[in-house]
Amino acid sequence: MEKMQLIVNGKRMDGRGLTDLRPLKIKAGVLNKADGSAYVEWGNNKVLAAVYGPRECIPRHDVNPYHAVVRCRYTMAPFCSMEEHGRSGPNRRSTEISKVIREVFENVVLAEHFPKTAIDVYMEVLQSDGGTRIAALTAAAVALADAGIPMKDIVCGVAVGKIDGQIAADFGKYEDNFGESDIPVALSQRTGEVLLLQMDGLLTKDELMKALDIAFEASKQVSELQIRALKERYAEKEAKGIAPARPAEGAQWQQ
Amino acid sequence: MEILDEVKKDFVKDIMRKGKRPDERGFEEYRPIVVEKGAIPAAEGSARVHLGQTQVLVGVKMGIGTPFADRPEEGVLSTNAELLPMASPTFEPGPPSPESIEIARVVDRGIRSANTIDLKSLFIEEGKVWMTFVDVYVLDHDGNLIDAAALAAAAALRTARQPKYEDGKVIHGEYSGPLKLGDDCVACTFAKIDSTNILDPSFDEEKAMDARLTIATTADRIAAMQKGGSGGYTRDEISQLADMAFRKGAELRSLI
Repeated sequence: MEKMQLIVNGKRMDGRGLTDLRPLKIKAGVLNKADGSAYVEWGNNKVLAAVYGPRECIPRHDVNPYHAVVRCRYTMAPFCSMEEHGRSGPNRRSTEISKVIREVFENVVLAEHFPKTAIDVYMEVLQSDGGTRIAALTAAAVALADAGIPMKDIVCGVAVGKIDGQIAADFGKYEDNFGESDIPVALSQRTGEVLLLQMDGLLTKDELMKALDIAFEASKQVSELQIRALKERYAEKEAKGIAPARPAEGAQWQQ
Repeated sequence: MEILDEVKKDFVKDIMRKGKRPDERGFEEYRPIVVEKGAIPAAEGSARVHLGQTQVLVGVKMGIGTPFADRPEEGVLSTNAELLPMASPTFEPGPPSPESIEIARVVDRGIRSANTIDLKSLFIEEGKVWMTFVDVYVLDHDGNLIDAAALAAAAALRTARQPKYEDGKVIHGEYSGPLKLGDDCVACTFAKIDSTNILDPSFDEEKAMDARLTIATTADRIAAMQKGGSGGYTRDEISQLADMAFRKGAELRSLI
């Protein structure tokens, strides 16, 4: 396949600048049965996330007496791409992604509040267009908050990398396929810590640091939209009279 | 919940607070490394790596297959890792665990990104290409399997020969020449214990770590990265570890 030019006059194929994100929409509370849920449309990605728990941990040998076990399952629908029919269920790629996403949430979820239980996070990529693991993680973080699971932060992220010799953010499918390097990053804006970091392609160290700087900056927008989605969800619940009571003015958090 | 693991974890953390490691190594020091090239002469390429008590064997085999639809003019690279039950009491027979898939995929990303194998040279004719199978066999697990596997894979590829191919058939045991290769890619893995980063964690140190960061490099480029564990890294830490990965990567490359 002929490699197409990805950047022309500083603009990308869809007209974006180097660090611009694709249109991102987040909605919290989209499923009925799940304890928490969220739907994310990020470019042409469509991702659904649901959270069950804390609930009884089955199988029992997974139980930890000191904290909840966080379990994550990222999968792609067989019809999610323009390419041929995929196989449903987990594969090697999705198993790796599920693992690195789980490690992110193990960092932020206050699991020690719920010993002997499981918190299950399910992520389904319904349509894929590059950067699906970060879209899934973004949805899952909102779904966890929607489920009322206490966390140290609502994790946000963005994929950065190198296309046509330039460092840029948030690649679509073509940029992903024909770019030189891809670096999915998830981080906690509160602590400034990188919680998910993967990379392929070839980069100098300076390019890597520049990419990380862009990731820190660009993911702020993701974080804002996550919080906005949760506020909208709370307002919705309050209007229906099903929201938990607001804490009294000046109330202190008590464990 | 392994009680002994918890005890060892405290032991490692206590020693680290005193600025030492359980085996007296420096924080930026590898365990002794031995690279045994061509350990399995029957395979197209092979190498066994001893990293302290950790032992990893990599075998390379080649065969004929069909290319991927989106890359019709390139050969196929397939990397797999087996955590043999003999290597550790924690490894059980059965389908591949997330850990083994992660090791294989990180090694694979390094080889692919660094263009260690010239996949274009593996094209035979339309719909027919060479497949290269890189199989990572973990024989003895004393920590840092990723670095040992990446080093063994790089060394095994250096010894690999391409089988003879005549009249549409592979002639096993005869070779047409060495496999066409680009840059070697080696991985450096750092474990973060409390707030200290140490190179090449042993099994016990891995039990105590909050997070790990693998940075795979060629001589002048970063080719793959993978963060593991639940801990986090600041921007400055990533920058420092990348510098160190280049320095230590040069040491590893000299062993191939």
